[in-house]
Amino acid sequence: MLDLTHDAPAPKVIQGAKEDWELVIGLEVHAQVASMAKLFSGASTAFGAEPNSNVAFVDAAMPGMLPVINEYCVAQAVRTGLGLKAQINLFSAFDRKNYFYPDQPAGYQISQLYHPIVGEGEVIVDMGPGVARKVRIERIHLEQDAGKSIHDMDPAASFVDLNRAGVALMEIVSRPDIRGPEEAAAYILKLRQIMRYLGTCDGDMQNGNLRADVNVSVCRPGDYEKYRETGDFSHLGTRCEIKNMNSTRFIQQAIEVEARRQIAILEDGGEVVQETRGFDPDRGETRSQRSKEEAHDYRYFPDPDLLPLEIEQGWVDDIAGTLPELPDEKKARFVSGFGMTEYDASVLTAEVENAAYFEEVAVGRDGKLAANWVINELFGRLKKDDDRDIEDSPVSAAQLGQIIDLISKGDISGKIAKDLFEIVWTEGGDPARIVEERGMRQVTDTGAIEAAVDQVIADNPAQVQKAQANPKLAGWFVGQVMKATGGKANPKAVNDIVTAKLGL
Amino acid sequence: MSAPETIAEARDALRKGDVTSAELTEGYISAISEAGALGAFVHETPDLAMDMARAADKRISEGDAPDMCGIPLGIKDLFCTQGVASQAASRILDGFTPEYESTVTAKLWRSGAVMLGKLNMDEFAMGSSNETSTYGPAVNPYRRSGDTEALTPGGSSGGSASAVAASLCLAATGTDTGGSIRQPAAFTGITGLKPTYGRVSRWGIIAFASSLDQAGPMTRTVRDSAIMLQAMAGHDASDSTSADIPVPDFEAALTGDIRGKVIGVPREYRMDGIPKEIDTLWQDGVRMLREAGAEIREISLPNTKYALPAYYVIAPAEASSNLARYDGVRFGRRAKSEPGDGILEMYEKTRAEGFGAEVQRRVMVGTYVLSAGFYDAYYNRARKVRALIKHDFDTAFDKGVDAILTPTTPSAAFALGSMADADPVQMYLNDVFTVTVNLAGLPAISVPAGQTEDGLPLGLQLIGRPWDESGLLNTADVLEREAGFVARPERWW
Repeated sequence: MLDLTHDAPAPKVIQGAKEDWELVIGLEVHAQVASMAKLFSGASTAFGAEPNSNVAFVDAAMPGMLPVINEYCVAQAVRTGLGLKAQINLFSAFDRKNYFYPDQPAGYQISQLYHPIVGEGEVIVDMGPGVARKVRIERIHLEQDAGKSIHDMDPAASFVDLNRAGVALMEIVSRPDIRGPEEAAAYILKLRQIMRYLGTCDGDMQNGNLRADVNVSVCRPGDYEKYRETGDFSHLGTRCEIKNMNSTRFIQQAIEVEARRQIAILEDGGEVVQETRGFDPDRGETRSQRSKEEAHDYRYFPDPDLLPLEIEQGWVDDIAGTLPELPDEKKARFVSGFGMTEYDASVLTAEVENAAYFEEVAVGRDGKLAANWVINELFGRLKKDDDRDIEDSPVSAAQLGQIIDLISKGDISGKIAKDLFEIVWTEGGDPARIVEERGMRQVTDTGAIEAAVDQVIADNPAQVQKAQANPKLAGWFVGQVMKATGGKANPKAVNDIVTAKLGL
Repeated sequence: MSAPETIAEARDALRKGDVTSAELTEGYISAISEAGALGAFVHETPDLAMDMARAADKRISEGDAPDMCGIPLGIKDLFCTQGVASQAASRILDGFTPEYESTVTAKLWRSGAVMLGKLNMDEFAMGSSNETSTYGPAVNPYRRSGDTEALTPGGSSGGSASAVAASLCLAATGTDTGGSIRQPAAFTGITGLKPTYGRVSRWGIIAFASSLDQAGPMTRTVRDSAIMLQAMAGHDASDSTSADIPVPDFEAALTGDIRGKVIGVPREYRMDGIPKEIDTLWQDGVRMLREAGAEIREISLPNTKYALPAYYVIAPAEASSNLARYDGVRFGRRAKSEPGDGILEMYEKTRAEGFGAEVQRRVMVGTYVLSAGFYDAYYNRARKVRALIKHDFDTAFDKGVDAILTPTTPSAAFALGSMADADPVQMYLNDVFTVTVNLAGLPAISVPAGQTEDGLPLGLQLIGRPWDESGLLNTADVLEREAGFVARPERWW
């Protein structure tokens, strides 16, 4: 397998009033499993439905109702684990996490505390060409999402929407291996990218598909390395957890301000208190929500309604056999196979749909040319058109491939090709036919070009004299000929003929 | 002819056309209407019953009559019944009418059985005397001879026991978490079977302790239990803990022959302070089975003494979590709020006024044993004890024991109110012979086998191998025949 080698990035250093500090960050990412039905019921997971319309009796915790595991969600978690090169646990079990809240109808969430379905894995987080952070995954477990409480519809009452209650989540827990706000954002985006490749999470952060609890602590330079050598957490600072973040921009801001808050406390001779904090983006600060003493006692215990989840290696192997090529491998193959830069390969592989589009364009063609067209023309045009998704591109991969073929055959120039692209974009149609019908074909007939050159020379005797004195001015004649031929003349042929006719 | 007394008799009479389900049902509706003093039925459904009876008669006349077709039943209030109040005898479920039917009752109705109504019980099945019911207790149709003091029918399936014993229905459903089918059956002179955990679906039965709860039949005879279990049992994909294994023909297993069967008699069940008449009954049971050709063997179940404490950790732990959903948010009762009350006050007031004292006690005990710092000392240790208890039984069965004979209860029915001021543990001691079975997930049956000097019924318990309800029922059938229990409560209500 192809592999790119990387250097680890330097950790983010924050200069306090007195000394330098480093950041240590661990993330718990809650990723909604891409599945039609919920984790323990057949109710739909469709987003945006009428409130309380996608609720099975068990989702509302009606008396006597029982959960039944959705096998597809289990397969999705296994698939995700395989994608993160993680240990798949053939034995896992569900536990109840008990707490009262109106959007938690049973009074407990079904989760996996003691025996998660996925164990240790690893994610390569790219931080630029040749630079990447290796983040260790501690575990992934399956659990239910809660419903939604709505407090602003009525001054005296709260409302509850249980559509989301019971939707399957994967909680992906990292080790404290992330060393700066940018790395945290890049880590989440990398997880998102991998899961989108796998088809296990849609990764739509705005709709809450992907949320993160961020654990932040600070330490002095050198302490983190001691932790990595010994595994002893006492080398690290006390951490605070910032809950329920669903924007990478806010996550970065929150980490930065939280780190600065902790540094100020420590430099003042104080102690950081382990607690749960919330980030207020309007005021740009984190605020205490719950101290360790006030922390819920969740009274976890094995859910007696569910038998332990035992899966077979053969089933895992079957899933492994259906894994697609993942972003790291695809990127490495693009670099080596198409001779493109790592940067271009990163851009093309960022979204699995983009990579697929590119490959369809590139197959049997000049990879670099294809990459240029996809990155510069297509992506630029999509962006200009209200950030349109590539699936909705009016120019299909086949059409773009035909345009590139016309360039390669010399039928059209690069400049004409851009015009052609715009026509296909707005009007559609077969690129080759458009070239024919609209007379866009490049003129390579030297007789026609010679006639045009002769005409320009005849019309501009003064310019001829100047050009003969200063051959650099021959370009002016080329421009005039191109203009006279409506841009269709082959520029190289025009150049050759102009040079010859002027006797340069 | 006289009205059939058992499911088996009724089945035959219905098939022969000697009686119709409508006639049977009318008779029971009338009996129920006169038996208010027993407090057995808490929601009566006479119109529904007559509709079901007529539908059953039609099926019978068309020759499509499963064994339970046309049989009028009472249903414990713990079962969710679609369109019929189902509130686990709790105030907190005031007004709760499910939009779904439990798997067990749905199977019974599909086989043509008729629902007479819902039966009293201890609140959320927590209790051994039916006194924790929000409706007030069901009353035992038996009284001590020459005495009018009201006695408990036992609990938690007290209404089921009272109704079957008083002939207010041909049979009833019960549920058993620590003895809630067997103890009331023993107190009222009827047969009660707790099947192997997983034999009967729990879907739609309001949960008390999920790893222990199991529904079963409460009937007048062992044969009736076999017939009724047949209709209740079977795999249900909606209950992950229900077992996907074949259901044998239980009635066909009643051969009347137990020659060569090995009956274990556990020495640890011979407890200090056990009343003489209970011990005598047990000895009689041993003799009867021996005379029927069984081999009697003393066995040891060494961890028995830890069963009750382990049970009273595990069951409340699960209950504390299972009952968290009764919060006033979505169904049932919600307490009135004062201005300024938030969600916490709503929870606290709703649960304080919705749950009775015993339920509150167990929720608190369960919350305590699961809390951080206590989990290992209580819950985890109880789970280990549970594994040891199961191992005790496995060892006995591995050595060739086919069934185990014990008393069902340490006493006969006691007077309602007599335990009111007692330590709650005194009440829990009622379960001393029955909880081991739930912890080990085994099938067990209580068979009426004798009476006290003052005429109260006493039961013997037979415990079977996992999934061997057939063998268990066959042994019980022989014990029933040998014991020849024929007492009937003298009608006073």
